[in-house]
Amino acid sequence: MTARYARSVARPAMLAEFASGEALLDGIRALAACGVSRFDAFTPYEVAGLQDMLGVRRSWLSWIVLAVALVAGGGAYLLQWWINVIDYPLDIGGRPYHSAPAFLPITFEMAVLFGGAAALFSALVLGGLPRLWHPVFEIDGFERATIDRFWLAVGASDTALDRVRATAAVEAAGALCVVWPATGGER
Amino acid sequence: MTAPTLPAEGVPPGVLPDVLVGRPSDAELSEQLLSTTWRPWTRGWKLAFAICGALTVNLFAMITLTVLRGIGVWGNNIPVAWGFGIINFVWWIGIGHAGTFISAILLLLEQRWRTSINRFTEGMTLFAVIQAAMFPLLHLGRPWFAYWLFPYPSVMGTWPQVRSALPWDAAAVTTYFLVSVMFWYLGLIPDLAALRDRAPARTRRILYGIFALGWRGSVQQWRHHKVAYLLLAGLATPLVVSVHSIVSLDFATTGLPGWHSTIFPPFFVAGAIFSGFAMVLTLMIPARRVFRLHNVITLRHFDAMAKLMLVMSWIATYAYVAELFVVWYSGDRYEAYQPLVNRPFGWYGWAFWVMVFCNCVVTQLFWSRRMRKNLTVLFAVALLVNLGMWLERFEIIVVSLSRDFLPSSWHIFVPTWVDLGILAGTLGFFGLLFLVFLRLVPFVPVSEMKQMRAEIVHDEVRP
Repeated sequence: MTARYARSVARPAMLAEFASGEALLDGIRALAACGVSRFDAFTPYEVAGLQDMLGVRRSWLSWIVLAVALVAGGGAYLLQWWINVIDYPLDIGGRPYHSAPAFLPITFEMAVLFGGAAALFSALVLGGLPRLWHPVFEIDGFERATIDRFWLAVGASDTALDRVRATAAVEAAGALCVVWPATGGER
Repeated sequence: MTAPTLPAEGVPPGVLPDVLVGRPSDAELSEQLLSTTWRPWTRGWKLAFAICGALTVNLFAMITLTVLRGIGVWGNNIPVAWGFGIINFVWWIGIGHAGTFISAILLLLEQRWRTSINRFTEGMTLFAVIQAAMFPLLHLGRPWFAYWLFPYPSVMGTWPQVRSALPWDAAAVTTYFLVSVMFWYLGLIPDLAALRDRAPARTRRILYGIFALGWRGSVQQWRHHKVAYLLLAGLATPLVVSVHSIVSLDFATTGLPGWHSTIFPPFFVAGAIFSGFAMVLTLMIPARRVFRLHNVITLRHFDAMAKLMLVMSWIATYAYVAELFVVWYSGDRYEAYQPLVNRPFGWYGWAFWVMVFCNCVVTQLFWSRRMRKNLTVLFAVALLVNLGMWLERFEIIVVSLSRDFLPSSWHIFVPTWVDLGILAGTLGFFGLLFLVFLRLVPFVPVSEMKQMRAEIVHDEVRP
């Protein structure tokens, strides 16, 4: 059974803390060998190979940005055309009202501006932010997940998760501590 | 709390130093780089803060005076209608360009030496654009109508004239500022979360926690963050070229000799990046020393920046020479008079020769590797280039305007004390924002540094 990323790890059944990204990957391999498949991980920086191992594909956020940038650029062009040709035409030395080269700078700038905003806000929303509180923040020692610890989480919906076997597997892989938040208890 | 002691720089001669001296652990790196926000204030920092604060007060006093009395208090008049206001605008916005160049273009080019300095330089961009944006608004004369530059359904039934270069400027500068802020903030989120989890005082943890938005570094968050960061870099990259190109069109679309030139957009962009690198060095050399960041901002970084300055200096020199050739070749006596006679030998001839010395001559020191690693030389050259690039804009704006077609309308421009006060004030305000930034957020990106360290170690183990 292969490891994969579970969207539903909102309430993890088990968490394990590792000292390095490599140890985290070892932990995932060990659990996957026990049949566990629904993983999430909390890391201080992107761990090389983690996303591939969990079968996470490249974010599709680029398509949102492309769509927004095209609409914004097109809208900016149309607005300029409407201002200059329809609503407020000014004759300046007989130059054409619809003057495509003169409309390009603002068209480009608006595509970049709205595309950039789409990138930022999509990254936040798709990443589940803003959400100031999350159950994992209650776990002792989790504050090091942004500094130098690598936390592995297994979703509560994973039926293959057996407490004794899983604990033994991650500890063999180098887990510094294992937490079972739902059932309580810590080892 | 003091920073953990880390290995100092010690590089054998002839070897290019590494982008990271030593191999500090994740915890050591985090402690060193995050602690810049909570280390005690030093006396030097307080002094710098006081000076910059005083200059900022002076700036706002001068702005108040300008708004109350009108821009007659500036030295501008016909024919030199664009005096210090536009020189300072172009100078400041140009400085921002190196920040975007380092944070965006070098990210796409996978240059490791940009990692530790990208947030610093992007911060410089933001603060420089803030200074720049003030000038066109004040130069309007009636800055309270500045919103007329933006299209909105006005009860007057009027709209901005979008075939003019000035609304392009408004769009370009606004976009540049907002995209820079978004790019900067997106990169900052993981480090704000680290501060939320590590800062020593509860108030700080709450404040940083709010701005971290609940970041936990989950797989999904990193997945989208990575792509969004690359996309914002990709979107900011054309801005490096477009903003100053559009600024240069304010000049090039007119018929004035000395302005009416097709070389202006690339010439302006190169000059902008050149001056920006000078400002990066001016700020980074002291900051690195004060915060003892010799292990993450190494001589490798300075070497690379000095080389880029040399390249940009040559592009600027090429543009100066190309301009001379083109005006001579055009056979237009008004065009030829400007760069061949007026600039080098006119009223402001001294400024031209100082500019040539600062922008073209002194940078040739960087052919020498020893000079590229000598921080005193680097700092001195950076200051001279800052001056030289300001004078370049002075040449373009004041010198060209003061003598145009008709000798009867020639007029010498002299700045007033308000002009000088506002220029000094923006330097102080820029410095103030920068000093606050250095203490408010980790100015070396912590999570990016940790990731880069992991990559370097990985490469070393399996070359």
